[in-house]
Amino acid sequence: MHNFEYVRPKTIDEAVSALSSDEAQPLSGGQTLMPTMKARLAAPEKLVSLTAIDEMKGVRMDGDQLWIGGGTTHATVARETADSYPALSSLAGRIGDPSVRSMGTIGGSIANNDPSACYPAGALGSGATIVTNTREIAADDFFQGMFMTALEEGEIVTAVKFPIPQKAIYQKFIQPASRFPLTAVFVAHFGDNVRVAVTGASGGGVFRWTEAEEALASNFTGDAVAGLSVSAEDMISDLHGSGEYRAHLTKVMTKRAVDALA
Amino acid sequence: MPKDGGIGSSTKRREDVRFLSGTGNYTDDINLHGQLYAHFVRSDVAHGRINSIGAEAAEAMPGVVKVFTAKDFEGVGGVPCGWQITSIDGNPMQEPKHPVLAEGKVRHVGDPIAVVVAESLEQARDAGEALEIDIEMLDAVVDMKKALEPGATKVHDDLDSNLCYDWGFVQENKDAVDEAIKNADHVTTLELVNNRLVANPMEPRVAVGDYNRSTDEHTLYTTSQNPHVIRLLMGAFVLGIPEHKLRVVAPDVGGGFGTKIFHYAEEAFCTFAAKALNRPVKWTSTRSEAFMSDAHGRDHVTKIELAMDADNNFTAVRTETHANMGAYLSTFAPSVPTWLHGTLMAGNYKTPLIYVNVKAVFTNTVPVDAYRGAGRPEATFQLERVIDKAARERGVSPIELRRQNFITEFPYATPVAVEYDTGDYHATMDKVLEMSDHAGFEARAAESKKNGKLRGFGIAHYIEACGIAPSNLVGQLGARAGLYESATVRVNATGSISVMTGSHSHGQGHETSFAQVVSEMIGIDANQIDIIHGDTAKGPMGMGTYGSRSIAVGGSAMVRATEKIIAKAKKIAAHLMEASEGDIELKDGQFTVAGTDKSVAWGDVTLAAYVPHNYPLEDIEPGLEETAFYDPANFTYPSGGYVCEVEVDPETGKADVVAFSAADDFGNVINPMIVEGQVHGGVAQGFGQAMMENCAYDADGQLISASYMDYAMPRALDLPMIQVDHSCQTPCTHNPLGVKGCGEAGAIGSPPAFVNAVIDALNRGGHKVDHIDMPLSPDRIWSAMHAAK
Ligand SMILES: Cc1cc2nc3c(=O)[nH]c(=O)nc-3n(C[C@H](O)[C@H](O)[C@H](O)COP(=O)(O)OP(=O)(O)OC[C@H]3O[C@@H](n4cnc5c(N)ncnc54)[C@H](O)[C@@H]3O)c2cc1C
Repeated sequence: MHNFEYVRPKTIDEAVSALSSDEAQPLSGGQTLMPTMKARLAAPEKLVSLTAIDEMKGVRMDGDQLWIGGGTTHATVARETADSYPALSSLAGRIGDPSVRSMGTIGGSIANNDPSACYPAGALGSGATIVTNTREIAADDFFQGMFMTALEEGEIVTAVKFPIPQKAIYQKFIQPASRFPLTAVFVAHFGDNVRVAVTGASGGGVFRWTEAEEALASNFTGDAVAGLSVSAEDMISDLHGSGEYRAHLTKVMTKRAVDALA
Repeated sequence: MPKDGGIGSSTKRREDVRFLSGTGNYTDDINLHGQLYAHFVRSDVAHGRINSIGAEAAEAMPGVVKVFTAKDFEGVGGVPCGWQITSIDGNPMQEPKHPVLAEGKVRHVGDPIAVVVAESLEQARDAGEALEIDIEMLDAVVDMKKALEPGATKVHDDLDSNLCYDWGFVQENKDAVDEAIKNADHVTTLELVNNRLVANPMEPRVAVGDYNRSTDEHTLYTTSQNPHVIRLLMGAFVLGIPEHKLRVVAPDVGGGFGTKIFHYAEEAFCTFAAKALNRPVKWTSTRSEAFMSDAHGRDHVTKIELAMDADNNFTAVRTETHANMGAYLSTFAPSVPTWLHGTLMAGNYKTPLIYVNVKAVFTNTVPVDAYRGAGRPEATFQLERVIDKAARERGVSPIELRRQNFITEFPYATPVAVEYDTGDYHATMDKVLEMSDHAGFEARAAESKKNGKLRGFGIAHYIEACGIAPSNLVGQLGARAGLYESATVRVNATGSISVMTGSHSHGQGHETSFAQVVSEMIGIDANQIDIIHGDTAKGPMGMGTYGSRSIAVGGSAMVRATEKIIAKAKKIAAHLMEASEGDIELKDGQFTVAGTDKSVAWGDVTLAAYVPHNYPLEDIEPGLEETAFYDPANFTYPSGGYVCEVEVDPETGKADVVAFSAADDFGNVINPMIVEGQVHGGVAQGFGQAMMENCAYDADGQLISASYMDYAMPRALDLPMIQVDHSCQTPCTHNPLGVKGCGEAGAIGSPPAFVNAVIDALNRGGHKVDHIDMPLSPDRIWSAMHAAK
């Protein structure tokens, strides 16, 4: 690992100003950034830790939305949303292993937008709002492709606000080595509409399977999905599964999600 | 009832106290005064010509002491290969030089180009990035069959081709085998891949070199399974250091699985650099480096044909295997696909005619060498898979087909040059069918079907050859070493005992089980006995631990030395009790005179040996210390039946192992708990190979499974509780303990059981799938099901 400067501000404002220098980068749980730095694939000159900022932590109801601070760990989310939003709790509780969950944060995961990460599916599937130090961004606009988001230089995810669906579930089929999703699907049923977000499958990162959403809006049964097909064209093809396989899994996982909820 | 701490008792492992409390002493825990750190700069291309290495800027960086390249190693030998194979045409194998640092060319991703030695590791790494290395990329040779095509790019320009050797065994039988296959009633053919694996011991490799200018003595601390072998290979062939000036210490070692047998360039480097710089030099592998520098395992591509007569009796087996050697010959690489594989092709079966052809091939990949089982898993996998396929083709039970062809009379001389001393294959088959409730399978399968799952029952029966090996035999087969083992039993004045064994424990629990043997023989408490290993300065020349040889060969040496101790102690006891030596008996640490009530305690005798005031000095010397070297008369032949039950999810292709049973015949068992643990570990690694692990290269020779993000290691939760039984015991007839060895069995016997179970599940579900290459990932199973439709 290369040498770096390290600061640990206590407020969002201090963090934003610390991040204004050129080679500064935010550090949350470090579960993605530290391995990258240890492998010398990233060498930020300054790390601005977000872990001491109280206003970025916690889980609470904000009107009819669930507010989760960007610095909240996966373990905390798993524990504290068990009643309010069980599907999200179950998603958070299945990320990595206990040490990853005790360190990694929702803000870090959302900002990183790994094409195989879990939270992007939870956020997009719920129709969440990503709150930053300057603005609020709808999940639909936030995730812009593999490792790409709407975040500007120096902008940080301070919270994520989730509308709570009538029912929802996260179906995760793991990649055997990393145990990240090989393909995972978050299905949320809001009564009048249904959202289906898919992660792990597409080269473009998390996406909404709109065809399934439409079919399910009028007929929320597994059979509604059975007749659909997913194109393998933009799907990731690698050591762990072909594009065809991932396309197939998208359908199977969606159908299972709906069967479990219906 | 075995005596507590004696043979047969499940004594808790004494070494676990330090392992589990974080007080072990691993090589990376060793830090010497004034130590420098070595960072290896490795090739990121599979094949390339080194035009130049500019080190000036790097050498000027803070803390950098020196940058080493191949030119610093002029006059230094290459890393040697310890086994020579002769091709069918009578020529010796092609044996390229394996330089400590790449000379002229890099030949695999991870090939070391230069080493930066600096005051700190970070300084060494920073400087490594400042090296100006100009490499001209060359085409990479990755696929073995393409590597053998005329005009293929050569990995080694000075060799004739990429063919290391073309081995035929038993060559005299070839025509008869061809004839038998031509005339067979039925021939089952199967082409299969034995996937390349990375051993991944928990502890990565480490080397610390030290040099004492005043005595001209070198010390190497290293993560090795066999420190004496490293001393011999590195001292004699690479660095030219005589043994009395070279000490090799392998302290606590965190798992080896074969990959820590071999002598590696990093060991030679640290030893060399410590003298060159007159300061200790340390290298600790990162996990990423381990993936591209630890010798890999397996990587065979095989076509096997099994011929049968009209009654399904096996009449002949013929195989053709391409075995990947990687870019250089690792220490024992040539022996793995040949003598450790071809000699096992009879399996448990009385096939009269067998011919094995192996073409070993150089490619631009990491060298391949022994990994838990080494050659025997490859043999077992082929046989046990082809038999399953044959049963399906013939419409007979795979169990009955095996039983019908089982060897039942012992000793049995196979047509592939080995003689099995004992075994009872029907017994282990019966046992495993009972353990796995074979009778209840159909009911369980029906239950699975109700839940939308396909259930499969996979059986495999294995034989392996352990306890390597009679030295005169392996010498004829090309080994450049003897394969005896040694032990020194040093009885101290007060009766406690230090046993110096040439075997090395890197997780196997020798400190416990070896002490049980001596405790049983002498009758003193096992806690009075310490097992010392892993330091060439302490024990006699030893050959180390691999090939499940420790208890069979090392344990036998210890028994022989202890017998000498007892014989001498009886002489002393006879003198003390004024009785005749022939009347002395030793039981529970007491010497008695038969038919009398006279006795003297073990401690009185040992004290007399060192304070010989009342002592038969005219007959025997004072002291009580004996050494024995044991050279085995034959291999040992553990065998067993393994059953795996899987449930396949037909929608995703995911196969879950729901039950696994292992009935092994290990002969006599010293510590059943340790043996059970060894089987668990072996089965887990077999599961890894069969279902998850895949060391994959792309066509350019880039390692695409170079971290745990892509190389899938099994975890405890991936497996059900493994049922283990070793009550079927046919003791080995030629070693004093009647033991056979258990370290590799699980990794040898289990892969075909897993695969057979999945194939069975698919066929029961109406998917006509004959074979899927390992690992049986969900994607591969799903694809095979769909291709079969
Ligand atoms: C063994 C292992 C298994 C894992 N398994 C899974 C899994 O199954 N599913 C899954 O989804 N993930 C998994 N992860 C990833 C894990 O969830 C990470 O914690 C997460 O992706 C990143 O969060 P972090 O807080 O650790 O971020 P960091 O590593 O600290 O940062 C990641 C990136 O985001 C930036 N960043 C961090 N916080 C913010 C912020 N608030 N605003 C803006 N930018 C920010 C950083 O600068 C960096 O670029 C796994 C990780 C490991 C090590």
